[in-house]
Amino acid sequence: MNYPNPFADAIDYQRMEQHYDQEALDSLNAISPMTRTQQPIVTGTSVLAVKYKDGIMMTTDCLASYGSLARFRNVERMLKVGDSTIIGASGDISDFQYITYLMDKLMTKEYNANNGQPLAPENIYEYLSQVMYQRRNKFDPLWNALVVGGFQDGKSFLGYVNLRGTTYQSETIATGYGAYIAQPLLRNAVEKRNGEPLTEEEAKKLLDDCMRVLFYRDARSLNKLQRATVTAAGVNISEPYSLETEWAFAENIRGYGA
Amino acid sequence: MAAKTGFNFDNYQRNLFMEYGKGNNMKLPKATKTGTTIVGLMFKDGIVLGADTRATEGPIVADKNCEKIHYIAPNMYCCGAGTAADTEMTTALISSNIELHCLNTGREARVVTAMTMLKQLLFKYQGHIGAALILGGVDCTGPHLYTIYPHGSTDKLPYVTMGSGSLAAMAVFEAKYKKDLERQEAIDLVAEAIQAGIFNDMGSGSNVDVCVLTKGKVDYLRNYIKPNVRKEKEQVYKFNIGVTPVIKESIRNLVDVVDVNEMEIDQ
Amino acid sequence: MALAGEDFCIVAADTRQSDGYHINCRYAPKAHQLSDKTVIGTSGFYADGLNFVKKIKQRMEWYFHQHDKTMSTTAIAQLISIMLYQKRFFPYYVFCVIGGIDENGKGCVYSYDSVGNAERVQYQAAGSGNELLQPFLDSQIGLKNRSNENETLNLTEEMAIKIVKDAFSSVTERDIHTGDCVEIYIIRKDGVECQKYPLKRD
Repeated sequence: MNYPNPFADAIDYQRMEQHYDQEALDSLNAISPMTRTQQPIVTGTSVLAVKYKDGIMMTTDCLASYGSLARFRNVERMLKVGDSTIIGASGDISDFQYITYLMDKLMTKEYNANNGQPLAPENIYEYLSQVMYQRRNKFDPLWNALVVGGFQDGKSFLGYVNLRGTTYQSETIATGYGAYIAQPLLRNAVEKRNGEPLTEEEAKKLLDDCMRVLFYRDARSLNKLQRATVTAAGVNISEPYSLETEWAFAENIRGYGA
Repeated sequence: MAAKTGFNFDNYQRNLFMEYGKGNNMKLPKATKTGTTIVGLMFKDGIVLGADTRATEGPIVADKNCEKIHYIAPNMYCCGAGTAADTEMTTALISSNIELHCLNTGREARVVTAMTMLKQLLFKYQGHIGAALILGGVDCTGPHLYTIYPHGSTDKLPYVTMGSGSLAAMAVFEAKYKKDLERQEAIDLVAEAIQAGIFNDMGSGSNVDVCVLTKGKVDYLRNYIKPNVRKEKEQVYKFNIGVTPVIKESIRNLVDVVDVNEMEIDQ
Repeated sequence: MALAGEDFCIVAADTRQSDGYHINCRYAPKAHQLSDKTVIGTSGFYADGLNFVKKIKQRMEWYFHQHDKTMSTTAIAQLISIMLYQKRFFPYYVFCVIGGIDENGKGCVYSYDSVGNAERVQYQAAGSGNELLQPFLDSQIGLKNRSNENETLNLTEEMAIKIVKDAFSSVTERDIHTGDCVEIYIIRKDGVECQKYPLKRD
């Protein structure tokens, strides 16, 4: 019986690889009419947010990374929109700046309409999620995971939308590595309360604890962060601050084995 | 011609060709993975190991109550994450070798010995043995806790996690771990870390197994917490006898039954 | 999943939204009420599902204003098929089932693939747990593979709800994507009721 040689193709493949026309490929790339964001370039890491007694509390750090380089160390990744909404962004920073522009445009339009009906957080969230979803349908997504927090008419709002237009609303939201690291801690803290809302102090401590863990474990994070609240008093974004960290245990670690 | 010495990965190449080569699309059998949360930490007088009990095959739960804390030696246990067969067989192999080592030397084996045997085995296979392990034990030099990655690298740290739920579990450790915990505090912290994995990572689930190793004593607390007991079903789904259609029936005697006189047997 | 009885219909869906091994949200509804007589259940890509339902509701509103009546379940069923096929070469990544009461007052279920193939059935499972669910429904509601061919199922509402609850708790045991909470919509002649039950969260 004759069996085919399974290595025959491999030999052909190797020859092909040597002889494909790099120049032809390059010129093909040069005339391509449109480019899209196919990967994020300058990026921000996690956004954390929880509902608490008086409204919404949100935290981000101030780092914009360029790959593994900590490129910009004083970037605000939260955006105040109107008087009762805040947007926190992780992912591509330039896309977030474009979203900032969109929000400006939207709010200017609203101001000109002057209809005495300010946009509610829900409306801004819906607008954003439609923008995100339509961009993904054009295969040209805005490479972000966004958290929209708001407080209006005594009601808290907390929603998530990402580059695919996927949305959900929840008591606690975390994006990026925060989804894997901080979300379990946030859920634990909230579920333990059995429906009783967190106080401001508790929410602050909870988010700080989570950001500390993220700083320990997320290599794209920075110990310089901002905290924002949305309450009946409006939107407040704090000045950057740092957390106390603990490294003393490292003194006792020696090597990796024997 | 294959080289006479050194590593030989011809079969790996062969498998790639069978799977992806032109005209070939043989899918290799999928191994059962233990998408897992496993953890270990050092406390005042020893080590606590913890594991969830879910084993998965892709999106399907293959085993709702499997054991992921494996026996190595009387003073050593090892949690395994990754390919179920690999964790099972590597720990069994090293366990066997450690036993032989004990008999040879006439002493209790040290944890570093097991760790070194494991890392050398895994390194030899260049990551093709998909075992991610947490090894804990107490020997004559005190308590030890190691993690061993599939490629053979190791870590020696006071608290460690592995598997798909490792981030959830590590978050709990980073938030709450303190040096020199009491025994019960350590067990509680391990259980909380495992539950963070169980509830937040879909690769982990069901129950919490805990193993406490102290000098001269091991407490294997199988199903220490059962946070996911199934509620009773609303109905009983029992088929009446005769519901399954009988297509054909044939009865044959495979042996002939004969009365034999007892006296004849005695003779 | 959805199943039809003589004069009622049930549409049920769990509420877990996940991405890989990660749970995004424990309560993200994927069953939606379209009218007093129709409910849709969606699975697959959540954003597509949500926007698809939104589009259906918009088309239903236009229909209402044009014809001064609510769309019937069978008309919605046809609409969904067409809307899915309209995106034949960039499909909605959605597997939906609809359940409701038809013009004759009978319970009905329609099942679809992502590009608009439609079929009227008595019961249907869709989504990640469908391989586990469908055989159970075949056995318990379809009475498949039974020797007594004349056996008929007199499916009452209570029985149906029990079967749905057991189906979801069982799938939760073995499918990692299913869990947290199940929403059961019961569509009757006189309206729609939604019941919620907790599922395991691991």
